[in-house]
Amino acid sequence: MTSNLIVLLIAIPLFSSAVLLLSGRKANKWGHLLGTLASASSFGVGAYLFAQMLAQPTEERALTQKLFSWINVGSFNVDASLLLDQLSICFVLLITGVGTLIHIYSISYMSRDVDRRRFFAYLNLFIAAMLLLVLGDSYLNLYVGWEGVGLASYLLIGFWNQKPTYATAAKKAFVMNRVGDLGLSLAIMIAFASMGTVSFAGIKEAAPKASTATLTAIGIMLLIAAAGKSAQFPLQAWLGDAMAGPTPVSALIHAATMVTAGVYLITRSNFIFDAAPTAQLLVVIVGAITLLFGAIVGTAKDDIKKALAASTMSQIGYMILGAGLGPVGYAFAIMHLLTHGFFKAGMFLGAGSVMHGMNDEVNMRKYGALRKFMPITFITFGLGYLAIIGVPPFAGFYSKDMIIETAFNAGGIKGILLGSVALFGAALTAFYMTRVMILTFTGTKRWDDEAHPHESPILMWLPMAVLAIGSVASGFLFTRGDALVKWLEPVVAPHMHGEHAELLPPIVVSALALTMVLIGISIAFLMYVRDPVEAVAPENVSLLTQIVRQDLLQDAANEAIFMRPGQVLTKTLVAIDEKVIDGAVRGVGAMAIGSGTELRKSQTGYVRSYSALILVGAVAIVLGIWVITQ
Amino acid sequence: MTINWISLTAILPLVGAILLATLPKGSELRAKQFAFGTTLVTAASAIAMAVNFQRDNTDLQFVEVHSWIPTFGVNYAVGIDGIALVLILMSVILAPIVILAGWNEAQGGRWSVKTFYILILVLETMMIGVFSATDVFLFYVIFEAMLVPVYFLIGGFGTGQRSAAAVKFLLYSLFGGLLMLASIIALYVISGDQGGHTFDLARLAELQMSSTTQNFLFLGFFIAFAIKAPLWPFHTWLPDAAASATPGTSVLLLGVLDKVGTFGMIRYCLTLFPEASKTFTPVIIVLAVISIIYGAILAIGQKDLKRLIAFTSISHFGFITMGIFAMTSQSQSGATLYMFNHGFSTAALFIVGGWMIARRGSSTIADFGGLQRVTPVMAWCFFLAGMSSLALPGLSSFVSEFLVLVGTYTRYPVAAIIATVGIILAALYILIPVQRALHGPTTPGNEALSDLNLREKIAIAPVLAAIIALGFYPSPLLNVINPAAVHINSNLGFTDPVPTVEGK
Repeated sequence: MTSNLIVLLIAIPLFSSAVLLLSGRKANKWGHLLGTLASASSFGVGAYLFAQMLAQPTEERALTQKLFSWINVGSFNVDASLLLDQLSICFVLLITGVGTLIHIYSISYMSRDVDRRRFFAYLNLFIAAMLLLVLGDSYLNLYVGWEGVGLASYLLIGFWNQKPTYATAAKKAFVMNRVGDLGLSLAIMIAFASMGTVSFAGIKEAAPKASTATLTAIGIMLLIAAAGKSAQFPLQAWLGDAMAGPTPVSALIHAATMVTAGVYLITRSNFIFDAAPTAQLLVVIVGAITLLFGAIVGTAKDDIKKALAASTMSQIGYMILGAGLGPVGYAFAIMHLLTHGFFKAGMFLGAGSVMHGMNDEVNMRKYGALRKFMPITFITFGLGYLAIIGVPPFAGFYSKDMIIETAFNAGGIKGILLGSVALFGAALTAFYMTRVMILTFTGTKRWDDEAHPHESPILMWLPMAVLAIGSVASGFLFTRGDALVKWLEPVVAPHMHGEHAELLPPIVVSALALTMVLIGISIAFLMYVRDPVEAVAPENVSLLTQIVRQDLLQDAANEAIFMRPGQVLTKTLVAIDEKVIDGAVRGVGAMAIGSGTELRKSQTGYVRSYSALILVGAVAIVLGIWVITQ
Repeated sequence: MTINWISLTAILPLVGAILLATLPKGSELRAKQFAFGTTLVTAASAIAMAVNFQRDNTDLQFVEVHSWIPTFGVNYAVGIDGIALVLILMSVILAPIVILAGWNEAQGGRWSVKTFYILILVLETMMIGVFSATDVFLFYVIFEAMLVPVYFLIGGFGTGQRSAAAVKFLLYSLFGGLLMLASIIALYVISGDQGGHTFDLARLAELQMSSTTQNFLFLGFFIAFAIKAPLWPFHTWLPDAAASATPGTSVLLLGVLDKVGTFGMIRYCLTLFPEASKTFTPVIIVLAVISIIYGAILAIGQKDLKRLIAFTSISHFGFITMGIFAMTSQSQSGATLYMFNHGFSTAALFIVGGWMIARRGSSTIADFGGLQRVTPVMAWCFFLAGMSSLALPGLSSFVSEFLVLVGTYTRYPVAAIIATVGIILAALYILIPVQRALHGPTTPGNEALSDLNLREKIAIAPVLAAIIALGFYPSPLLNVINPAAVHINSNLGFTDPVPTVEGK
């Protein structure tokens, strides 16, 4: 009976979203309350289902709820069906839990926006779509949620789309995500053509019998999909621009949940990747490149939200790396995903709180010394900071250490390389996050006299405080008695042997990681505490710094490789269509007019003579065909 | 007693047109109301027919045969399968929506408002007839006769270069029709040697022909349909026609009349010339894929909203044609479902786009800007129509597009992969005009535009509701289409490719 409740998780926020969109201005007074209530109710259902799952023995925890037969053509049978298992419940609680906190925060944050009701409608739509993404029991059901969160993301990035750059950012995100969708579509097609099914259960059963080439192809296509949604190299360029959306959106969608969907997709598809080593290798390469890429970009950002966005990209790089490392890695990737959900959402809300007190200023060079004016924001942000750089016993220490350790243990040169990248990333993370802390909260004030920094109201700092608690405690809780790893075991590692070659003992990895963190912090201190920070970014910087400031030239590369050739192609084809193809048609027409002038004499104006001519013409063609075919 | 559902449904708009013609001049409102009422009654009749349709029966249903020109063996013969039923339903549901949405679009034409509605009603009769004819001669007559009302609707009530566009449309279509006529006469002659002259579709399908003959006759039909659909490179009449026609006419032209092309490919090309169809399949698949990509790129490059929508349709017709000729259950059913869904999503785009253009007095995309803040409801409707056009999962067009792609992949993987690139291009051709017209600051000339009125909301609501509802629950349509699609493929000797690994 419990399984009948699964659909409520999605239905409640979806219904609320529809009500908010259709009810018009009269709902402005209570729209935000309904939206928050819907998210909270969904969390309530999720918590109840989680409690029910805990009470069941391991093998009876996964539940499915078939709603109706969705698409049924020949052997292509897809049900609208939901799967709640150990993996999806983690996401359900994260999405609805963090989601509800962010709804509460937004009541205050968006209180002066005339379109607040619409904002809550989009947030609810997002919650519903994201839940469908993680609850769908087949790739096609997942696809609907996958595109639904993309739509919500598009609408929310462009929430203030009266600003042309914001509208462009929204479009960019949608189009780059569609490149990912290309991968997802093809993965589903290959799966159906080779295994005759698109459901997770069906493919899991058939995969061992499929050829490695097929599984590799599916794996690579899924990786493209994951890269698009999770802003991984080479489809990462949209995430920084996505910060155009209101800050609660950046916290919920572009930090804690939607952008981690790629990690979910790869983890959910473990039965594909475990049997396709080449695809798996590509996954770790993409993860490793992105974790460095994001961390490097993060070192040069003065916009607090863009610095955090670069950090998100980098942290998801860690998760993708973990997920690419096979059975052990999946659980650690999910663990990092969950702890990251707490600390990154918390820091984004903190950034929003700072902006709230600083007239929406995002340039950290115009901040400074804010800890005196915003003590709660400082403390909660600071706890998130300690978590992300991996100071024990905060959450990130546990989850990131696990990934670094697993990377080293991947074996051979590969293990040493990946482990070193992950370690170096830890130093970079410590550097850019320390830089954010120093620029924002310490040093001297650099803001203009119009700014009157003040602490945010309780509706805003309460969610920040709750997330800060998560940043402190979640890592410890997840690892106590290997709780999360054991919980996820039935989904991700049915044949987990547990024993694997250890290159370095855990204690050494932790020591190395902490050393790297200390180095990162020290460099940041040397650079930004010893020398005073300037309120305007220095211009005379090295070429390298300039390149990093331009996001390692990602936009320039995309423009040179895709946009400009695409524009040339479009213009050329438009000209060809008008001049050549239609030109030929018009040429025939002109010829007809020319000969028509001659033939005008035959135009008697009698219908009977025209019909006779038509008949003669048709008979002539028939005769022609007859002659040729004989 | 049995009711001749097809004839009953088809005759209703014609009777309405005749009654309308006798109405006194000057009462424009009365003419509109009467025409609207007639289309509603017709829709009700078609829905009643659908209720009586036996969905698992693959034979043609509601068959009627009456001798028409006995000298040549020409019959008034009609009957429908699931594919024809779905297309008739689409046509008769769109007709009242078009009238209600374009309540004032007949004003300013060359002729009276009454004439406009008479033409629409006559056209509706022909739409029902063309999808249900089972006598090839009858089909041909309606196929050609349909050009007449459309010619006058474009040339008499359109905008801009309406006369030139109307003539181009007419000549291009007549050229295709002439080729088809030649093929039909040839079939008639051949049937004379094999058991007696006939135009009966079922009997013509059993004719023995050499493969060369089949190929030539196939081409006669196929080129006519490829012009109508339209398939690259026979497409250049469509953007001109769509740019000149009123929005309502464009809906009927792209939404319904062009479907006669793709419907004809299924009903006539595949049925009459199975061997030739297989012979030409590789070429047609290539042309379809070119249409998908070419139409999409051209749409991205358009500056005029109506031409942009026309080019998106060329891309969509590429998907439909690809699905028809890939000949798997999924692609064939998907193609018919695509025809239905395309009717609705294109209707939504043209109707809402038409409202925007009428209010602004320009169809140039650059003349719009910031409409989301001025006319939020209209902007939302346009956005939703656009999402349907780019086949957003959760909307009806996704189901059909994905079925076509997955079905094509099982037989022609390369074509399917290239076609899938179209989904990225679709995002561009929709989001670029959405950004230019709806987002950004409100540009001069747009500040005072009015939002949708109640009539307009009532007209567009069922279209958008259908787009959403059928995205989540397409079964009512698929259950009707599937048996017919399987029947078509198995007649051709095609069974679906079997997966290499047996899954669940």
